[in-house]
Amino acid sequence: MKLLPLQAALAAVLLSTAAGLSAKPLVVCTEASPEGFDIVQYTTAVTADASAEAIFNRLVDFKPGTTDIQPALAERWDISADGLTYTFHLREGVKFHTTDYFKPTRDMNADDVLWSFRRQLDPNHPWHNKTSIGFPYFESMGFKDLLKSVEKTDDHTVVFTLNRPEAPFLRDLAMAFTSIYSAEYGDQLLKADKTAELNSKPIGTGPFIFQRYNKDAQVRYKANPEYFRGKPPADALIFAIANDNNVRLQKLRANECQVALYPKPDDIPSIKADPKLKVAEMEALTTGYISLNTEHKYLSDVRVRKAINIAFDRQTHVDQLFGKGNALVAVNPYPPTLIGYNTDNQNPPRDLDKARALLKEAGVPEGAVLTLFTRNGGGPTNPNPRLSAEMLQADLAKIGLKVDIRVMEWAEMLRRAKKGEADMVSAGWAGDNGDPDNFLSPLLSCDAVKSGENYARWCNQTFQQLITKAREVTDTNERAALYVKALAVYDEDQPWISMAHPKMFTAMRDNVEGYHINPLTNNNFATTQVK
Amino acid sequence: MFSFIARRLGLLIPTFFGITLLTFALIRLIPGDPVEVMMGERRVDPEMHAQAMERLGLNKPLPEQYLDYVSKLAQGDLGESLRTRESVWTEFLALFPATLELAMAALFFAGVIGLLAGVIAALKRGSLFDHGVMGISLAGYSMPIFWWGLILIMFFSVSLGWTPVSGRIVLLYDIEPKTGFMLIDTLLSDEEGAFKDALMHLILPAIVLGTIPLAVIARMTRSSMLEVLREDYIRTARAKGLSPARVVFVHGLRNALIPVLTVFGLQVGTLLAGAVLTETIFSWPGIGKWLIEAIGARDYPVVQNGILLIACLVILVNFVVDILYGLANPRIRHQR
Repeated sequence: MKLLPLQAALAAVLLSTAAGLSAKPLVVCTEASPEGFDIVQYTTAVTADASAEAIFNRLVDFKPGTTDIQPALAERWDISADGLTYTFHLREGVKFHTTDYFKPTRDMNADDVLWSFRRQLDPNHPWHNKTSIGFPYFESMGFKDLLKSVEKTDDHTVVFTLNRPEAPFLRDLAMAFTSIYSAEYGDQLLKADKTAELNSKPIGTGPFIFQRYNKDAQVRYKANPEYFRGKPPADALIFAIANDNNVRLQKLRANECQVALYPKPDDIPSIKADPKLKVAEMEALTTGYISLNTEHKYLSDVRVRKAINIAFDRQTHVDQLFGKGNALVAVNPYPPTLIGYNTDNQNPPRDLDKARALLKEAGVPEGAVLTLFTRNGGGPTNPNPRLSAEMLQADLAKIGLKVDIRVMEWAEMLRRAKKGEADMVSAGWAGDNGDPDNFLSPLLSCDAVKSGENYARWCNQTFQQLITKAREVTDTNERAALYVKALAVYDEDQPWISMAHPKMFTAMRDNVEGYHINPLTNNNFATTQVK
Repeated sequence: MFSFIARRLGLLIPTFFGITLLTFALIRLIPGDPVEVMMGERRVDPEMHAQAMERLGLNKPLPEQYLDYVSKLAQGDLGESLRTRESVWTEFLALFPATLELAMAALFFAGVIGLLAGVIAALKRGSLFDHGVMGISLAGYSMPIFWWGLILIMFFSVSLGWTPVSGRIVLLYDIEPKTGFMLIDTLLSDEEGAFKDALMHLILPAIVLGTIPLAVIARMTRSSMLEVLREDYIRTARAKGLSPARVVFVHGLRNALIPVLTVFGLQVGTLLAGAVLTETIFSWPGIGKWLIEAIGARDYPVVQNGILLIACLVILVNFVVDILYGLANPRIRHQR
């Protein structure tokens, strides 16, 4: 009997320890501060992770680790035969976050969906002019011209009417800029004249409730106990901001964080060799490429573009830049995991004599100079743009072409590249929604020549007709066939050197479970925990 | 003394306007605008671009923009960040304590070690210690901060595991920023062990940031001390039979400190400039990182007013040093 108090004390200690363990927060080392939490104002992946993924939901979601669509705030949907009307039936009983700055009086309903879209669509909406820059994603995805109207038919049914059929529309609705906000909270802020707080004190329906943000240091969240998919297993989520990828890795090794995003490809072997760490990897929907300006001297001749593609040693380039096995040599403008990938297209075998002959045929003099614009810092699609440019320079020197490498700051490079100043631009693209159109329309369409993002300034009418049609057709097989044809046209004209489809990696402690690496580079921790 | 202070204050006004003009012009000389940078590779709708530029007041002629900026400044309005819509002053207040805490720790480290090393080197002039201190301080002065920081992290944090890698505190501690100074906030919180953790986080960045000032202070103290030790009054003090410690610290160091004090003041600028790199290496959430990101994003109000605030601070510190110097050395006051 005398032992009882001791046993009780021991049990209490054990219980409290167990409770302490289960309450372990999940610390994620990420590369930058979110710009804010009103995600519709921003375009960066870091901001999307900290807001759209943690705090908000959308009508539909990507299934974890895939680009397939699954129901989210909409339980189901109907699409009219002409592909112009989408009717969404909303999930009932979904709660917005309760915090010390907002207490919702009702569940999520159609008014919230209307508020979230009309805010971006309708110039007369009271919130339309409450951002500094506008709605960059909504604009760049062409939603302003695509959406005819967004109406509710009852509290749980919303109807979207489009101006034209748009096959990727459902996927678009899974993207961060279509996150659903609380109209009630919006009204509260507008009345109190505190509209800027939508960006600093967010309210959503997502897995985590925002607690605090210390600029450049951390973002803290607690698990949402009322989350409609069930409370997340991690009681708290913390984003620790560490810009340098070496520092993030050291912090992971020291267990100061349990997940480190965006490790360097060079570090992957050492992470894999560490028994306390593990790596999640996946072929991301990204492409690194060099555009060849089809309006410029020499490069306007397809023989010159072909000669460049024949002379360039892609495999060595990819191995040097990313490390063996960390990236796929690219053939087409988008990776093979998307529909309509043309497997008949193949990179030509390297043949310097043939390349020289093509240049001679095209009348290019020995020592002709081509400018190549490249950025000063690395990114996911090209970890070392300078090395990459020098490798191309060395290869083209072998066929008598001189490459004048111009390294410049990113914004400056984009500005000048969009004006068409460069012969060649070293660039990259990360897919937003898992649809081929998201690569081809923004980068290779005739419209994109006008707006500048088509750095190759390549406007091929056959290609244009094929991708326009593929955007309107809803049958997946029919779309895939159209894209195969479009990619054949691309291969014939060779407006780019398609370089690489890099893999993406996330490093984590070996006791982290339930993390899904995502091909669209977004990170969601609703199912992740530290065991 | 009053006219001395008034003269110094009078000089501040043109300096202040010079800085506003310079920062205003420089950030606009960098190509690209905030809207283009925000859109990145994505399509920029010209209509949306025009609307955004109008909303931000960036479509007006430059002189008009500058007048807007200065008149707002005169009313104490530092504007709001184009990216976060947060007021620049609020952001500065949230981040500045971190930089100040780091700078103070670095200055403390540099001051204590620098003075001690300088004094001992002067006393043991020509000895191995003297050559060692001078050699090391020269190396310290020439060391690239980025490289030095990474070397210290590799050795002390990764190999030995003595200090944390980066940040201001292990994020498992939930410390609410009350003052912004982590050492004080951890003392105010009831989290056990948080203060020690914050202190451990401060050590390496303070050493890295303090290395250059340390080298300068050590060299300055040594040469100033050598000069003073040759003075007649030191010989007199020794002849009077005062203890060596009293001769060195009371009669010697006190007089040798006058030029060192100026160096201290000048080092504040170095510390704030060095903080940009140190903060990047150690993921230290201060104003250095804030400004670098703002330049990248062409966040004009943050860049203009952030630099202005720092410049004001450097001017203020140098002003205070001038006054102190004048107080310590009456000859300065009377110079015209």
